[in-house]
Amino acid sequence: MTTSISHDVAKAGTFKPRKGWGEEIALQVRQPFPWLIAIFTLICALAPYVLDDVSLRESLLLAAVYVTLATNLNLMIGYAGYVNFGNIVFFGVGGYIGVYMATAWHVHIVLAALAGGICVSVLAYVFGRGILRLRGAFFALATIGVNEAIQAFVVNFEPWGGATGIYLSMDAYEPLGGPMNALWLCYYLIIAVMGLSLLLSYGIKKSKFGLAIMAIGQNEDAAAVLGVPTPKYKAIVYSISGFLPAVAGALYFFKSGIIEPTSAFDLTTSIEAIVMLMLGGAGTVTGPVIGAFLYEELRGYLLFSETFSHLQLVLAGVLLLLIVLFVPGGLMGFLRQRLPFVRRWLQ
Amino acid sequence: MTALLEAHDLTKNFGGVQAVAELSFTVQQGEILGLIGPNGAGKSTVFNLINGVIAPDKGRIVFDGQDITGQAPYAVARHGIARAHQIMQPLLGLTVLENCMVGACFGRENMSLADAREAARQVADSVGLGARADVLAGALTTAGKKRLEMARALSAHPKLLLLDEVLAGLNPTEINLMLETIRGIRNSGITILMIEHVMRAIMNLSDRIVVLNLGRKLAEGTPREITQNPDVVKAYLGDASSLEAAGATPP
Amino acid sequence: MIGIFASILDGILVGAVYGLAAMGLTLIWGVMNVINLSHGAIIVLGMFVVYFLTELTGISPYLGIPTGMIVGFIAGLIIYWVSVNRVIGRPILMSLLATFALNMIIIGLATAAWTTSPYNVPVALPGISVGNYTFTGTHIMAAIIAVVIAGLLYLFLHFTRPGKAIRAVASNRDAAELNGIPTRQTLSMAFGLGVALACISGALISTLFPFTVLSGEAYQLKSFVVTVLGGLGNPAGALLGGIALGIVEGLATPFTPVSWIPIIEFGLFVATLIAFPRGIFAFTRP
Repeated sequence: MTTSISHDVAKAGTFKPRKGWGEEIALQVRQPFPWLIAIFTLICALAPYVLDDVSLRESLLLAAVYVTLATNLNLMIGYAGYVNFGNIVFFGVGGYIGVYMATAWHVHIVLAALAGGICVSVLAYVFGRGILRLRGAFFALATIGVNEAIQAFVVNFEPWGGATGIYLSMDAYEPLGGPMNALWLCYYLIIAVMGLSLLLSYGIKKSKFGLAIMAIGQNEDAAAVLGVPTPKYKAIVYSISGFLPAVAGALYFFKSGIIEPTSAFDLTTSIEAIVMLMLGGAGTVTGPVIGAFLYEELRGYLLFSETFSHLQLVLAGVLLLLIVLFVPGGLMGFLRQRLPFVRRWLQ
Repeated sequence: MTALLEAHDLTKNFGGVQAVAELSFTVQQGEILGLIGPNGAGKSTVFNLINGVIAPDKGRIVFDGQDITGQAPYAVARHGIARAHQIMQPLLGLTVLENCMVGACFGRENMSLADAREAARQVADSVGLGARADVLAGALTTAGKKRLEMARALSAHPKLLLLDEVLAGLNPTEINLMLETIRGIRNSGITILMIEHVMRAIMNLSDRIVVLNLGRKLAEGTPREITQNPDVVKAYLGDASSLEAAGATPP
Repeated sequence: MIGIFASILDGILVGAVYGLAAMGLTLIWGVMNVINLSHGAIIVLGMFVVYFLTELTGISPYLGIPTGMIVGFIAGLIIYWVSVNRVIGRPILMSLLATFALNMIIIGLATAAWTTSPYNVPVALPGISVGNYTFTGTHIMAAIIAVVIAGLLYLFLHFTRPGKAIRAVASNRDAAELNGIPTRQTLSMAFGLGVALACISGALISTLFPFTVLSGEAYQLKSFVVTVLGGLGNPAGALLGGIALGIVEGLATPFTPVSWIPIIEFGLFVATLIAFPRGIFAFTRP
């Protein structure tokens, strides 16, 4: 502090430069991180094709779905500070809309998946205006309630096959050049959805909107006093966080050939997504990716190991408990704190 | 002089207790208006009513010619009212600069992120936080957080700044520096409405003063008029000495 | 007409048990602002305590209840000191995840030990016939026990030293601490008590319906509904909320297929949450 403050303040008050979107985007393109995302996505897309490895494709596909779920969940939990416990509802509803349109109306799966995403986003915005008035645990509970209510509704909704769900016949894949081609197409699309999720997560983090969302995550009342239109922004981020998971849901269930209420709205998957997020580190872009891949590896190992296959759930529980109690920042939080170069390279 | 903020007949009850009752006052363009009163007089409630944290039961608030009664805090902020809180509310997980950028982005000028970054940096420099701009707000000292509260409000380039006991907890040297800062802010064209308990400071700084007692306006006038007002002296019975002390040091 | 009336009455009887289940959840929530997501797993624990006790010793299932209470209380203390103690006062996500992790551990171990096939505790209790409608004996008995235990809880919280300590800690932890109440011990006791209540309700439910290791989740979700209906941190409200839920189920049963009931329940739940955010917020202020 000096005595020339008054002069400085006066100067600050008259500040008038104008920089817009263009410069902001130009700045980001010069950063290494968006390119890392692009390269990572490309490697994932090409690896199974180049190596001609179908089992690698299947495990990468699952990992990509997990990354998509965890990354979009991160927008709510890591950025906005709202614990979306029933996040799987986006995946499930998107899946049902997409699969239904593709089978009953013979819509191309890409269009059906996009339609699923758009419907879910619109619904999420409308619902969000209501349930985002709740904070903390109440919001978390409400999201569980919404998931359960929708699951119960789908169980009774005959056009969607009720409790048995929708099965796809092989004919459904004919427009895409047969089941084999359809599987590869779905794989590439899901990898693309994953890449878009990561770019979205990074883009939001570096944007004005993201600044507002993170301010809400820190202290919602203070953010409102600073001028952030909190109800609208919360609903928007909730809506955005539903879009890509819904698209992924449509692609995933289309590829699986079956969608049923218990798997589409499985609360356990919802919570697995949270575990991945916490494992990797909430609030970072890289964290959910690392968390999802680690979790998928670990799960695969446990499922196929003689000793642990029965105790898979137990070990996942122990893992979660250890993270919560001892490493709440996750792997990324831990690394970013200790290694400065990680902070520069990985967002 | 024109009125920047007009409060008409403001009333707010909390479960039968009248926190603010039929209060009317105006803040003139470019002035520093002090709002004083004993504890529980309703000063902070008045601030909450103005920036929309709570809605009045009755009455109207007109800011810059527009009726802003009952608008949400973010809408009020957009009109150009910024507030520094008595109890600091920094966004702990964001850096000092990012804290200020939130104010700049979503304040009156609705700046782009790049503009906000520069505006925030200028303001942070001006209140002496320039060197700590990239530190997490949670790592600041109490005095640092107070400064941040101020910087964040200023980053919005507001027309009206609400200062809620920004001097509380500062030592005499820091108070003098802060007084200098506040004058500087006023000289840059920002109107100030402030609540303060440090009598010497507010008597020195304010152009006019409104005295509240039990939610009602007890007196209004220049600092000199206020110190000589018998009603005010009576309300401040225990504090009469501090009023005299303030009167003894004319601005 | 008699059918509807009887259906509602039966709903009230079962609702009292739902109320008891929710009481444990709401007590913990109200006292330490923690939502215990291992609640459902604990309910299952209560079911299996009764099952094995009756299988091994052949005693009446109702005598298994005190055992369930003790097992629950001890389990509660363990859970508290292992995990909950460290997450109190931290962001809500942490306590949700910590208790959910325990849920995974308990359910995982239970599945490994007992598989997911259905179990059933046989109880021979004569029903009461009114006209051509019979009220199941077990429902009546369970409702009576639930109300008695709710009464005992009220007496405990209002007229005993530890009970008063729990209420003091719930209303203002710092002030309680300044007055010499050992808060951590009190919190652990409250948690143990809440878990014991869940365990008892599980014991009672085992006498009503068949169950599996995975039954807990449904009752946990019902407990949430009841807690929100009855008002947070309010054990008496939980009993009323439970009965309200029972009435809703009883009313719906004659008119809609059973599969529609969850929609009504969760619709009601979300609507209640959204319609009264202010009232509910009042309980969550630190």
